[in-house]
Amino acid sequence: MARKDRLSGNEAVAFAMKQIDPDVMGAFPITPSTEIPQYFAQYVANGEVNTEYVTVESEHSSMSTCIGASAAGGRAVTATSSCGLALMWELLYVAASDRLPIVLACVNRALSGPININNDHSDSMGARDSGWIQIYAENNQEAYDNFVQAYPIAEAAGVRLPVMICQDGFITSHAVENIELCEDAEVKDFVGEYNPEHYLLKHENPLAVGPYGVSPYYMEAKVAQAHAMMNAKQVILDVGRRFGEMTGRSYGFFESYQLDDAELAILLIGSSAGTARACVDELRAQGKKVGMLKLRVFRPFPAEEIAEALKGCKAVAVMDKTESFSGNGGPLGAEVRGALYDLPTPPRVINYVYGLGGRDFRVEDCAQVFDELAEVAVNGVTGSTYRHIGQREE
Amino acid sequence: MNKPVEIRWHGRGGQGAKTACLLLADAAFSSGKYVQGFPEYGPERMGAPITAYNRISDERCTVHSNIYNPDFVVVVDESLLECVDVTAGLSPEGAIIINTDKEPADVRPLLRGYTGKVCTIDARAISEETLGKNFPNTPMLAAAVKVSGVVDPDRFVQDMEASFRHKFATKPQVIAGNMNALTKSMQEVKAG
Repeated sequence: MARKDRLSGNEAVAFAMKQIDPDVMGAFPITPSTEIPQYFAQYVANGEVNTEYVTVESEHSSMSTCIGASAAGGRAVTATSSCGLALMWELLYVAASDRLPIVLACVNRALSGPININNDHSDSMGARDSGWIQIYAENNQEAYDNFVQAYPIAEAAGVRLPVMICQDGFITSHAVENIELCEDAEVKDFVGEYNPEHYLLKHENPLAVGPYGVSPYYMEAKVAQAHAMMNAKQVILDVGRRFGEMTGRSYGFFESYQLDDAELAILLIGSSAGTARACVDELRAQGKKVGMLKLRVFRPFPAEEIAEALKGCKAVAVMDKTESFSGNGGPLGAEVRGALYDLPTPPRVINYVYGLGGRDFRVEDCAQVFDELAEVAVNGVTGSTYRHIGQREE
Repeated sequence: MNKPVEIRWHGRGGQGAKTACLLLADAAFSSGKYVQGFPEYGPERMGAPITAYNRISDERCTVHSNIYNPDFVVVVDESLLECVDVTAGLSPEGAIIINTDKEPADVRPLLRGYTGKVCTIDARAISEETLGKNFPNTPMLAAAVKVSGVVDPDRFVQDMEASFRHKFATKPQVIAGNMNALTKSMQEVKAG
């Protein structure tokens, strides 16, 4: 039985954590972390969870805490943001390569400099090759729903990888909106007990975690890790379907909105998708064949599925909320372009970098993107395929 | 399409404009609406101008940009009229609600040619009288509800009493003062 409430994205994720009641939280309790450990600390103080709440001196140590706890056979959780995630970098790779199903709540914010606290995707996009599954939310509801699905994905046999549940800083994390929450018992049932097959402290079959991998073994470990990421695709779909059976809200790799007959499409991640949806509605009312693909799962990257969804489009705008300084576009642009390359007649792709450091993305900005796409589709002239939008021109 | 009512709050860090914005979201939620309540964050500190926003609608609004063409603007500190373009984009069909002891006709010249409804409320005096201190956000919230009509006023008063009982469970002596501040503000807000 769902309970209607109104919560910020941070409150929603902290509430999901409470319902899951993980064994250990590695928590760096001040900026650049989020309100999530703060809210969770209240649950700990009130005795509403059994979690061992370990306050540490840095984000490097909070991830190390999670790695230790997870290797020992516990369910571990942490939350961070921006340069806090950057400080975890080395350990993100350790968690993934040790195949530890840790869950991290990431509130997406810009990286320095200039110093900025606002939303973009530089933090988690920078961690895209660390071996973590990455799932993004459009709003507080999706942040909550994704968090409830995180452990069943992370802990599945054949996967055993850490999961990053991302939401947009401030736009989602600090905005109060309506939400439907599951009952505690439903979440407990859905997530289940964690009974790992192998762990450091299993006395009948102890194992080493994180040993040196000499050259004759290192590559096998990495290939196994790559296979685990590929295996995650089916598990993500299964868990998303099972979540839908419980709540009526099913999840896949992405949401296709008005794509069936779309000639022009915009592909984006996170809260801006809601704004783009309103823009698509306005343009559809004017008879324009436009659509949207909101990507939910960035790692593993659903390349074939995206190509299938966009194959009928004439032009696609891929929106990167991060700058990768490649001189050739952002990470999402590169991945999507790669995914479309093998289509017999791929759509034209224009890669936009937008929304950096909290630069607002309005319905009008989205309409401008569709205007530019129409030029590309009608005149066949792409011009630059790597563009920035929303900045002041001096 | 169902268009949300959009409200923009201007205040100074520490005055409770963000809290008032979130309380309005709470009140609208309690009356069955879909709500958004969100502050604009930056390097704010006590006394610096801050902005917060509400969208209130009968269906979920998926737009997550800031608000550029609000239906209503609430100004919690009148000194902001000199340094912030508070009526920027404000609908002439809507209204601006300002915390001041002046009459609406006296502040209109400060509003850069805004032609819509101008409302004033002496939130400071009401707060000092009912709460003993200058907490302008409770009376401003009530004035915003009264002028915008986004929530039924009677329902709002009932919901806020329940909300204050919860919020001030350890300080029940301040509940009556806050309720007085609400009702007094709804009676005294002037439109011009």
